[in-house]
Amino acid sequence: MADEAGKHIGEVLLSASNISLSFGAVHALTDVSADIREHEILAIIGPNGAGKTSLLNCINGVYHPQKGTITFEGEPRADLAPSEIARQGIARTFQNVALFKGMTTLDNIMTGRNTRLGGNFLKQALYWGSYQRDELEHRVLVEKIIDFLEIQAIRKVPVGRLPYGMQKRVELGRALAAEPRLLLLDEPMAGMNVEEKEDMSRFVLDVNDEFGTTIALIEHDMGVVMDISDRVIVLDYGRKIADGTPDEVRANQAVIDAYLGVSH
Amino acid sequence: MLYRECGQFKSTYRDDQSIFPIAQDRWALWIALAVAIFVVPTIGSDYWLGSIFIPFLIYALAALGLNLLTGYAGLLSLGTAGFMAVGAFATYNLMIRIPDLPFLVAIILGGLIAAAVGVLFGLPSLRIKGFYLAVATLAAQFTIEWVLTTFGWFTNYDASGVISAPPIEMFGYEFKSATSRYLLTLSIVVVLALAAKNMVRSSIGRSWMAIRDMDVAAEVIGIRLLRTKLLAFAISSFYCGVAGALWAFLYLGTVEPQAFDLNRSFQILFMIIIGGLGSILGSFLGAAFIVLLPILINNAAGLFGGAIPADVVSNFELVVFGSLIIFFLIVEPQGLARLWQITKEKLRMWPFPH
Amino acid sequence: MEFDPFLYIQALFDGLLAGIMYSLVALGFVLIFKASGVFNFAQGTMVLMAALTFVSLLEMGWNILLAGAVTIAALVLLALAIERVVLRPLVNQAPIILFMATIGLNFVIEGGTQMVWGSDPHSLELGDPYASFEIGPLFFNNNELYAAVVAALLVAGLAIFFQKTRIGRALRAVADDHQAALSVGIPLQTIWVVVWTVAGIVAFVAGVVWGGRLGVQFSLALLALKALPVLILGGFTSIPGAIVGGLIVGASEKIAELLAFDLFGVGGVENFFPYLLAMVFLMFRPEGLFGDKIIERV
Repeated sequence: MADEAGKHIGEVLLSASNISLSFGAVHALTDVSADIREHEILAIIGPNGAGKTSLLNCINGVYHPQKGTITFEGEPRADLAPSEIARQGIARTFQNVALFKGMTTLDNIMTGRNTRLGGNFLKQALYWGSYQRDELEHRVLVEKIIDFLEIQAIRKVPVGRLPYGMQKRVELGRALAAEPRLLLLDEPMAGMNVEEKEDMSRFVLDVNDEFGTTIALIEHDMGVVMDISDRVIVLDYGRKIADGTPDEVRANQAVIDAYLGVSH
Repeated sequence: MLYRECGQFKSTYRDDQSIFPIAQDRWALWIALAVAIFVVPTIGSDYWLGSIFIPFLIYALAALGLNLLTGYAGLLSLGTAGFMAVGAFATYNLMIRIPDLPFLVAIILGGLIAAAVGVLFGLPSLRIKGFYLAVATLAAQFTIEWVLTTFGWFTNYDASGVISAPPIEMFGYEFKSATSRYLLTLSIVVVLALAAKNMVRSSIGRSWMAIRDMDVAAEVIGIRLLRTKLLAFAISSFYCGVAGALWAFLYLGTVEPQAFDLNRSFQILFMIIIGGLGSILGSFLGAAFIVLLPILINNAAGLFGGAIPADVVSNFELVVFGSLIIFFLIVEPQGLARLWQITKEKLRMWPFPH
Repeated sequence: MEFDPFLYIQALFDGLLAGIMYSLVALGFVLIFKASGVFNFAQGTMVLMAALTFVSLLEMGWNILLAGAVTIAALVLLALAIERVVLRPLVNQAPIILFMATIGLNFVIEGGTQMVWGSDPHSLELGDPYASFEIGPLFFNNNELYAAVVAALLVAGLAIFFQKTRIGRALRAVADDHQAALSVGIPLQTIWVVVWTVAGIVAFVAGVVWGGRLGVQFSLALLALKALPVLILGGFTSIPGAIVGGLIVGASEKIAELLAFDLFGVGGVENFFPYLLAMVFLMFRPEGLFGDKIIERV
């Protein structure tokens, strides 16, 4: 929906150039370059094992690529711990839901605010004055996210007891709570039924629309990808084989070969 | 009194965030406190106060410390007694070397020194977890024991190794009677328990639980792992250190490394497993259980009129403890606190469970 | 302080001999860890239980073979009971839960053994405890050398068992993935009983060897705790690692003890040195010398 009125895709927010990552003899990524532009929804697609998750892991610092540089907001970035990258404004969700199972929905999403809800532990131990005010302020914001994702009813339920689709939604909420500039979603709709997929697509579009958040997502459902993304990049065997609007990618011969399989 | 939530509407987030959101819980706490302050000292004999209530409270404090580390932050420690020993000996040395140092200040400083030692031995937690970390904390336990027994300076060159603790005086009052020692212990434990409850419902507590449940995800939302883990070690060791100081000064009346051996560490670990990992209330329940069980077993053995030798009874105790640990891990890994919660949930629905 | 290099060489040899016996205890851990993913904290008390049962039967005038057979039978029963009461109900639980369960098991075995046999120390005399020989200035005890040979044979046997036999491969398969092993038809529960029995027999050998040196008493269980740093150094899944780790721990603690005495005049360093060594080692190489490198996937 790149042609939708009122949407301005801006400058390059994050740029990965010539990224290579390998584990021993396994080359997960080879010389991959990709840009993510402000306010866009970028889909990363490709067959299983193409290196999609590895690319996200490099972007948010879970892995450090052996070669190549990542530039965020115009600044080339050193190898930082994931926690520091999160503090720069990159949040993500995981392929296999990575929630804090022993905690409630509310606490999980509140944890997303932790980087902004500092205050030293002594203040927290006293739960007094400014800390209590802070906690309440952040609670208000978290409640907005809970309303937005329509999960009011499960606010106080430990997430371990929730059905899978709901867990995915809570995980999105936790990422949103950090108010990221760049949101990485690793297969947000995997294992969902049609109705749940529709809900999730709507949330992704709304986040992009209402908060202007830049989103990069990995998805296998081509229908969804073509519907919601502004741009698509395609990975195969750790290399980028296509980059363009959904229509361009759909017509790209290399992509068709990768998906249908040609003898290499 | 019926345990009901209905009719208690919360119209602000402040009410919802309050420490005990359900009115009956608040009342139960106030009643428990009132009983502990007014009723227990009046009806309890010196034996009950000095040999059961005081050690119970101190155990609960140590269990609370370990629970912050193991139950909340998910970092298993077998060195609890080592950190208690640091607290006890640090407090002792501060008291004898700095004249007129108030007892409370000495205890806090002793706790801080224990915290520093805890941080030192917590450093490997950045790279390792689970039972690997347990082995690292065993290093703390054995090294601390060795340092305290080897270097005479720590025991003020006392040849016997068993030093009587200096008397405690505050505001011109000497805490000597069982009642006064009990009340002093109680007030320290209550304050620290409230602080712990506050921490675990704040951002630091959420950070701990986050790294316990899934450390990679925690890091990815911006939680600094090393800092959070070391803070857990520091605060936990502070609690254990204070507990150690209280153990030496208010319970035993002597300062000795033997009081803080590996078995003590296990005992406290058992308290939190039986009481409930990740539960403040559980620390108290577990401590009560482990203090009372040997008394129960000994009394039961006493029914046989001394026909059972003492060492058989103490070995039987080990078997019972061990079996209970396995039982709880299988049947109710979340411990007594969870059983209590289930009872409350049932009570809320009663008499219409469906 | 006077510095005598021969003392250090002697300490090195003593340490290596003691180290082989640490390896023996560590082996029991590795076996169980490989096959069931359980870090068995109770291995030390299994050593105590086996040795105490054996020595008590001997003192009752039993024939040595019969006493040995009955001890092994007791270990089989223990393995069966553990599988039924502890492992089966806790299958697929987090490793840390299983670890804590074995701490409970540790206490049950310790209390149970001492309830049956009492907690008095016993001496276990196998051959002449003082027979010895000298090579130059160095001094060797015959019994310790025999013990080392027994340990070495056992280690070699187990290594072959794991690498070359069908059951050995099945054991490794179970260790990698319980569910997958089940689905290719490996009987999980039988395997567990076998492994715990083998670990029990290893503990038995360790108990006899250690008991011959130090007498059979409660401190055997504590000595066995030293196998933990051995495992950290060697890696939890590696049999060669357990051996090398044992040698390192044995030799380094004896030398550290001597060095600390020469330099600072303090003793007792060997009581904690291995743990500290393991802790420092962990910070730099968490997977051990021979363990598998852990790559975390998300």
